[in-house]
Amino acid sequence: MEMINLTIDHKPVVVRKGTTVLKAASSIGIDIPTLCYMKLDDMNIENKPGGCRVCVVEVKGRRNLAPACCTEATEGMEISTHTIRVVNARRTVVELILSDHPADCLICAKSGNCELQDMAHHLGIRQIHYEGAKSMYREDTSPAIIRDINKCIMCRRCETMCNDVQTVGVLSAINRGFNAVVAPAFEMNLDHSVCTYCGQCVAVCPTGALTEVDQTGAVIRALSDPTKTVIVQTAPAVRAALGEEFGMPAGTLVTGKMVAALRRLGFDYVFDTDFAADLTILEEGTELLNRLSAFMEGDKNVKLPILTSCCPAWVKFFEHSFPELKDIPSTARSPQQMFGSIAKTYFADKINVKRENLVVVSIMPCLAKKYESSRPEFSVNGNPDVDYALTTRELAHLINLGNIEFKSLPNEEFDAPLGESTGAAVIFGTTGGVIEAAVRTAYEIFTGKPLPRIDFEELRGMDGLRKATIDFNGTPIHIGIAHGLGNARKLLEDIQAGHSEFHAIEIMSCPGGCIGGGGQPYHHGNAEILKKRQRAIYSEDRNKILRKSHENPYIVKLYEEFLGAPMSEKAHHLLHTKYFDRS
Amino acid sequence: MTISYQLKRVDFIFKNENDWEDVLSKSISRTPQELINELISSELKGRGGAGFPTGLKWKLSSEEGDDTKYVICNADEGEPGTFKDREILSRVPFKVLTSMAVCGHVIGAKEGYIYLRGEYFFLQPELNKAISEFEYYCKEINLDFKIRIFMGSGAYICGEETALFESMEGKRGEPRNKPPYPSSYGYMGKPTVINNVETLAHTFTIFKYGAKRFYDLGVQYSRGSKLFSVSGDTPKPGIYELELGMSLADFVDEFGDGDTKAVQVGGASGFLVPRKRFNETAIGFQGKLTGISLPTGGSMMLFNSSRSMFNVLDNYLEFFREESCGQCTPCRVGCQQLLSGIKAVKRGEKNAQYLDKLMRLAETMQYTAKCGLGQSVANSFSSIVENFREEMIY
Repeated sequence: MEMINLTIDHKPVVVRKGTTVLKAASSIGIDIPTLCYMKLDDMNIENKPGGCRVCVVEVKGRRNLAPACCTEATEGMEISTHTIRVVNARRTVVELILSDHPADCLICAKSGNCELQDMAHHLGIRQIHYEGAKSMYREDTSPAIIRDINKCIMCRRCETMCNDVQTVGVLSAINRGFNAVVAPAFEMNLDHSVCTYCGQCVAVCPTGALTEVDQTGAVIRALSDPTKTVIVQTAPAVRAALGEEFGMPAGTLVTGKMVAALRRLGFDYVFDTDFAADLTILEEGTELLNRLSAFMEGDKNVKLPILTSCCPAWVKFFEHSFPELKDIPSTARSPQQMFGSIAKTYFADKINVKRENLVVVSIMPCLAKKYESSRPEFSVNGNPDVDYALTTRELAHLINLGNIEFKSLPNEEFDAPLGESTGAAVIFGTTGGVIEAAVRTAYEIFTGKPLPRIDFEELRGMDGLRKATIDFNGTPIHIGIAHGLGNARKLLEDIQAGHSEFHAIEIMSCPGGCIGGGGQPYHHGNAEILKKRQRAIYSEDRNKILRKSHENPYIVKLYEEFLGAPMSEKAHHLLHTKYFDRS
Repeated sequence: MTISYQLKRVDFIFKNENDWEDVLSKSISRTPQELINELISSELKGRGGAGFPTGLKWKLSSEEGDDTKYVICNADEGEPGTFKDREILSRVPFKVLTSMAVCGHVIGAKEGYIYLRGEYFFLQPELNKAISEFEYYCKEINLDFKIRIFMGSGAYICGEETALFESMEGKRGEPRNKPPYPSSYGYMGKPTVINNVETLAHTFTIFKYGAKRFYDLGVQYSRGSKLFSVSGDTPKPGIYELELGMSLADFVDEFGDGDTKAVQVGGASGFLVPRKRFNETAIGFQGKLTGISLPTGGSMMLFNSSRSMFNVLDNYLEFFREESCGQCTPCRVGCQQLLSGIKAVKRGEKNAQYLDKLMRLAETMQYTAKCGLGQSVANSFSSIVENFREEMIY
């Protein structure tokens, strides 16, 4: 490995060849401010267009300043990171961005979480010397994402996520010069595009240009309506991240406090999407076993591999890009929708409330869940199974609005019956979790024997594409896992070409799975946060007494009292769905 | 027509190209090293405007150890006020094709592209004919070199070499971060020589007559001749091949209308020279000439006293505002705010001191913008505002 010697602010530093000036500087504790640059370590995600020009530094011997994020360190380089010329250039650049920015910070959805705001503060900008035109683009509202493109600073992070990581290709720079902006082709609306609403663009946007559709107002109205019974379900990944919004360290599990907060907000019942995740495992696991045994009995028409269908962005992705594969994914609805369906039938009957008067709110780490709940097939006579899907961030806003001191809340338990869950359901929140949960149940049903071990380390991790073979008592089951739609695309292309080796594949749209969802607290490019959330999820699983979905007593009861058996006709009607060709 | 003594007309570029077959077969029988040495000793510098030594460019690419390399002829002639490449390609296309093939021989490339400006679509049929004739001859002499035309779509920025590569690769035309330079990482990430049309026409001359013939023209640091596209307030607009190193005063004597107030050297991204500086300004590359020496892609726009320099600058800034790729902040927003700024001063909404702020902004753009476009806006802005400040205000 060739090593490079250089000096940064007169301090000598030795780095590997190929290291950028930015990285070399940070290795000796010199922080060069950046704005457009973003890197998620270990996930192969990097955005460095060298566009914002905030990270410029002085390189001795060069006439112009060089962007530290994309300038490679070379032998003998002498870098100065804060000469008067550099500081003035940085300030001018940020002033220019602000001169073309609607300065509505006080009421901006991103206020307090905005990297541009932080940068302006960091550089002490108190006046914008250069005034002039401001971009005037229209707002674009979709079921999940709002684009307020006047706030776009052309950092291109969303473009990197949408094109390089997700390979969806909706967002890219259009127009030239001052009018250049990131938008769908021909400035069409997001809901006319092939956008999957995965929300990774929102997750990385440094400003308020891309935000979620805010449904907190509607939820508050429902909560204050005495004629409505309002129940809430919380997705597994939420509890591993919500604490961050209240200043708790990343990876703090706040399940009990979250339940307490929701109860104080006035929800009549606080339930858990994890309950529905256990239900999903029974339906999806049974479907997998049915297909597997049919396949082993020589049925040529059986479709394998089976693909998970919990992730609504992934569902929309294959409906657009791989419609010919639409009979391969499991027909099981996602946990959110299973919950809504059961809540508005089984549970509504139980508490004797009419469907119209029961409001189901879900708390999700996800933006696509907003879209999913609005899909027409998930409603009965115009009444949706899930009325509102809030993000983790929106829940934090609600808690703040409710004057609730989150950190000092006691730990409380979910309500019965839809609040009970097993460890298998909790790990739905991270990549590999759904398939691990499915393996735990499918193994026992298939072999009729208890699992020799519960933790399947071979299915865990952060690699974008993983595979493992699980021994089902002599029958090897090949399992594939992808997170990030770009990785999913590779597996799907293999299936299309007919050389997929897998029996079952788990696909999650977001890097890291739901813990890295578009509705989670902003990670601002720090991949370490995602890993801590993942660890928190696994620790919750380990601390559960019941860790296999089919052992959930309330699930057993639900089948006994209401559904009959997995894949029964009633289960089909309420818990399964079909997919559409959207190409 | 009177010819100034100081202004030396030359006639190489458009001279008969009928012996191209001879030049090609003789050149490729020489070793790459010989050809590179010939080019280096001619001191030919790039004629697109930036003036990078052509021999060195070829040498760097020839030293790259890659099986696939490319030769690209930059015919995206988009600088306001230049129209010479169009003439070269329509009148002496074989000179350009020959030089591309020789370059392929030197660096080890088997494919060449002509990136043709979108508006020059009408050149395509004739050029394609020339290419097939050329390739037929290549086959005859067993030279494996193919040339294709790639049509641009009308973006000025795609004349910037790395934006040109992006455009050819089917992406949005945006300049890349440099380094790496095209000689090692160009089209498709492969070592690439990219030369202006005129540069290639000159290399033909050099291979035909030898380096000395070329070197003897011009002055120190600015050797050879160059095509100038003369336009504006002149009685004889057109294309002229002149020796480098002439003083602007002599140029104006020849081409001015007797009332020349200023000359814009090098198009919108070049410099405006007011009358009082004509004598001390020479046309050529930076060197130890007396006074200022201005490089140029060959655009010479003359303005007489009837012209408002405010309108000239306004026009340039409108152009940059539209033609910036929009990628980097200084250029995307800077061009717009310079434009808004001079308008505000003109309307009296801002006081005259605001011009000083704008000058500082232009200077910052010069050393922070990502590519040559954003960096060069300050050239015309500062030279116009500095010399015609009162026209900006009143």
